[in-house]
Amino acid sequence: MTDQNLKKTPLNAVHRELGGRMVNYEGWDMPVLYPAGTIAEHLRTRTRSGLFDVSHMGEIHVDGPDAIPFVNHLTTNDVTRLVDGQAHYSALTYENGTVVDDLLVYRFGPERLFLVVNAGTQDKDWEWIASHKGDFDVDLRKASDDYCQIAIQGPDALGILQTLTDTQLADIKYYHFTEGTVDGVHSIISRTGYTGEDGFEIYAEPSRAGQLWGKMLEAGNYGSDEGILPCGLAARNTLRLESSMSLYGHEISDEITPLEAKLGWICKLNTEFIGCEALKAQKAGGLERTLVGFEMSEPGIARDGFDVYSAGEKVGYVTSGSPAPFLKKNIGMAYVPPAISGSGTALKIDVRGRMVGAVIVPMPFYKRER
Amino acid sequence: MANIPEELKYSKDHEWVLVNGDTATIGITDYAQQSLGDVVYVEMPNEGDNFNAHDAFGSVESVKAVSEIFTPVSGEVVETNDDLNDTPEVVNDDPYGDGWMVRVKMDNEGELDALLSSEEYEEYLKSEE
Repeated sequence: MTDQNLKKTPLNAVHRELGGRMVNYEGWDMPVLYPAGTIAEHLRTRTRSGLFDVSHMGEIHVDGPDAIPFVNHLTTNDVTRLVDGQAHYSALTYENGTVVDDLLVYRFGPERLFLVVNAGTQDKDWEWIASHKGDFDVDLRKASDDYCQIAIQGPDALGILQTLTDTQLADIKYYHFTEGTVDGVHSIISRTGYTGEDGFEIYAEPSRAGQLWGKMLEAGNYGSDEGILPCGLAARNTLRLESSMSLYGHEISDEITPLEAKLGWICKLNTEFIGCEALKAQKAGGLERTLVGFEMSEPGIARDGFDVYSAGEKVGYVTSGSPAPFLKKNIGMAYVPPAISGSGTALKIDVRGRMVGAVIVPMPFYKRER
Repeated sequence: MANIPEELKYSKDHEWVLVNGDTATIGITDYAQQSLGDVVYVEMPNEGDNFNAHDAFGSVESVKAVSEIFTPVSGEVVETNDDLNDTPEVVNDDPYGDGWMVRVKMDNEGELDALLSSEEYEEYLKSEE
């Protein structure tokens, strides 16, 4: 069954041993779920902890005197606001304001940045970034093969990870990071994630992935009733959807701008990045569509791509739709015209020919208690 | 390994059929529920609906996927398992028992001959792997 052309993370054999059901995700052979199942994985991450192999993500080093101006030229957020040891969420945009990719920008130092981009877009991202080097005094290095990435997420994540490191994890603020050791392995320890929970993402040498993964499962009492669970891509998707986080190719794409996707907060329009003028014009002229969250008010599940109706007219489409295991509702995100985007607005969604009621609700659907 | 009771008949679409006189009780197989994962929603036909063999009469949804269910036999739906509206997970827990989906009054019992025995279905699953 193994497709020899698929890319594999260093944990591929480990996923198979754990009974992971492997699928082709953007050219990568990845576990979509493990024997516990998506709902159990999702709930365990919300209530205790979940472990995710995200080694398929892409990494790029940007070093040199112009590192900050260069990345500020390419991305929507304001890199000059970052301090050493801080990261932020941002987007690479085209001239027309649509999205090349979303990414995390890490600042190690004034001349040393680290970009983490999506798996399926990393080649395109690299070409885009490298093609804009111009006269910027920067050294660009594609580093995806230099790192594994493991995310430990959930309320127990800090306690579990703390047993494996001398770094005082509680001192790392949200969206900050430090370098340290995890089980003796040199790592970037980043307090970030894609689940809506507290947690960490660990970047380390790929050859140590199995060791780190195994130690984290062990420290998290994997196998016990309340122990950590390895989580597949399906749970990763439902967790991010409940938390209303965007997924490239769904809420954002090369046909959608960040403003439409309610990502105005990462667009610092005074920083003169590529696409800035288009976004300014869009902001001034008003949006034609905007992202909303909805929940189904009648039995049925909206799925990605389904058409959305209001007053008998087709008004938009679903970008992501799924059962929400923690909220126990069927939810989704959709693009609709701003005039009908208010909370409480009733919609109909075409579920394979059946018109099923839904209602617009505020996002995020889920917000953890702090 | 999937459970395949001997007393049932099977379709290549992974439905099972239990025959009682001219009534066929239909559900999805253990293999099908394992493949789907956690079932969260079952969409079923209305009682009184008529279907031809191989028509889609409903769907089973997991968190990640939607799978249509096909009736292996022609006839009228005489009963649906409405308990599945509130407890769709029973399809995972007991696919051949409380997870049944519909009862159909068969138009043509001869259609049963086209279905697989438990041995044939087991062979079919092996050939699919």
